[in-house]
Amino acid sequence: MRTEAGRDPGRRLAAILRRRPRLRPVLLLTAPLLWLTVLYLGSLAVLFVSAFWTTDSFTSQVVKVWTTDNFHALLTTPVYRQVVLRSVAVALAVTVLCVLLAFPVAFYTARVAPPRRRPLLVAAILTPLWASYLVKVYAWRLILSEGGLADWMLAPFGLRGPGYGLPATVLTLTYLWLPYMILPLHTALEQLPAGLLDASADLGARPARTFRSVVLPLVLPSAAAGSVFTFSLSLGDYITVQIVGGKTQLIGNLVYSHIDLDLPMAAALGTVPVAVIVLYLLAIRRTGALDNL
Amino acid sequence: MRLGRTARIALRTAAGLGFAVIYLPLVLVLLNSLNPDRSAGWPPPGLTGRWWSVAAHNPGVRQALWVSVKAGLGATAIALVLGTLLAFAVARYRFFGRDTVSFLVVLPIALPGIVTGIALNSAFGTVLEPLGVGLGLFTVIVGHATFCVVVVFNNVVARLRRTAGSYEEAAQDLGASGWRAFVDVTFPLVRSALLAGALLAFALSFDEIVVTTFTAGPGVQTLPLWIFDNMARPRQAPVVNVVAAVLVLLSVIPVYLAQRLSADTATSSRV
Repeated sequence: MRTEAGRDPGRRLAAILRRRPRLRPVLLLTAPLLWLTVLYLGSLAVLFVSAFWTTDSFTSQVVKVWTTDNFHALLTTPVYRQVVLRSVAVALAVTVLCVLLAFPVAFYTARVAPPRRRPLLVAAILTPLWASYLVKVYAWRLILSEGGLADWMLAPFGLRGPGYGLPATVLTLTYLWLPYMILPLHTALEQLPAGLLDASADLGARPARTFRSVVLPLVLPSAAAGSVFTFSLSLGDYITVQIVGGKTQLIGNLVYSHIDLDLPMAAALGTVPVAVIVLYLLAIRRTGALDNL
Repeated sequence: MRLGRTARIALRTAAGLGFAVIYLPLVLVLLNSLNPDRSAGWPPPGLTGRWWSVAAHNPGVRQALWVSVKAGLGATAIALVLGTLLAFAVARYRFFGRDTVSFLVVLPIALPGIVTGIALNSAFGTVLEPLGVGLGLFTVIVGHATFCVVVVFNNVVARLRRTAGSYEEAAQDLGASGWRAFVDVTFPLVRSALLAGALLAFALSFDEIVVTTFTAGPGVQTLPLWIFDNMARPRQAPVVNVVAAVLVLLSVIPVYLAQRLSADTATSSRV
């Protein structure tokens, strides 16, 4: 009985759709695509157009005159260049650290752990991925605070924690995005055919050689896919730096500090991470690494 | 690969350490909410539940929690509709630009939040303000829905790819109308994927801070915004600790449920 109410219009619609099958995907796609293209891509497009406008330095009003001044400033001002380079360096450092830390964990969960326990281990990697970003950063603020856990743990060795600053930022970002690297590596290692490894061993390769010549080339695309996240999420971050970075400035802070007074400059600065990330995504998509996720 | 005993032990230790590092900060947040001291010194001098009741009666926290729940529910509802429509189109039909859709859907979550945030902020400013609609809960919901679509989409599309369209065809061959086939066959198949997607979308919205910063009006404060505002105030530290602990619990529980509901859930839904 529950379909009785919706039957009549439902039937009529179904009849129309049966006569014109091409109408079905159109009907499905209209609303979501309008939302994503008009609202989202539209807003982005307007923002990037506004990167070519300027701001009146007296009134802080946006002047809609086409100019490339902002990009010129971006390329020639030493501070901007320095911050951009620092941000890219941080993102690269985070990515490298994530690969190094994620590999042993993924290798264990995918090939060493008893198969029965693997789903549980995957869940254990996934769950913290969804735990609040802000709270995770806050946790590191607590750990690295003066007299906090880091100081306490290092005290027996006569050392102190790194405190707030650039190393703390790299550390925290690595912590935040680590699961994004473990997951694709786990998937790739799990799908590695055991026969290949046995064949390599039968042909006389030691584990180190098998690792270098067989495992690494097959897992590299997945590491690349994971790096999309570790790299791009680090590149755009500005909250973590504010919380544990001390006085450190990254590109996100630079964008943030320009929003109120000079939106066009903020937009121009914002194009830097977006351009880098979109290029990265397209390059990775071409290698097919994104299908491995 | 035939690993030696030493290599196995080394890997097990490394993985154990890895998991310890992943979970330690979360456990610390939970423990710290019971810390009677206002400072974050370690080890805490004792344990107390006092701050939980203080936080529960804090009007700012209660209001922020309510705003977060409303924003999460609104964004989840929109994302469910849009994500499901897209998933059906992509999984069941061929059309020009189909591969681009999955790319387009990830963009809002892959691009830096600050860029999405200021783009939406200036768009809302130019389009909505002349209509007399200011930034507020509504704009937060719109912003959150935009990046929550991907979670629902990925969950439903994964489910639809595993269940062939032949079930619906069989139902229709047996005389069911298209609507009947959807209600009796397709919907039960995707129901748990929908629920999992909804839970994850809610968790995502509940945590978000960057896009929220730029889409929330002056009077609208979600829980993450409240934490961020109060983090630097030593007097509020104990309450911040409790709210942080609540956020950990509230974001982990939906994910746990989602994973039980749908095997292909969270593996691919956020990436």
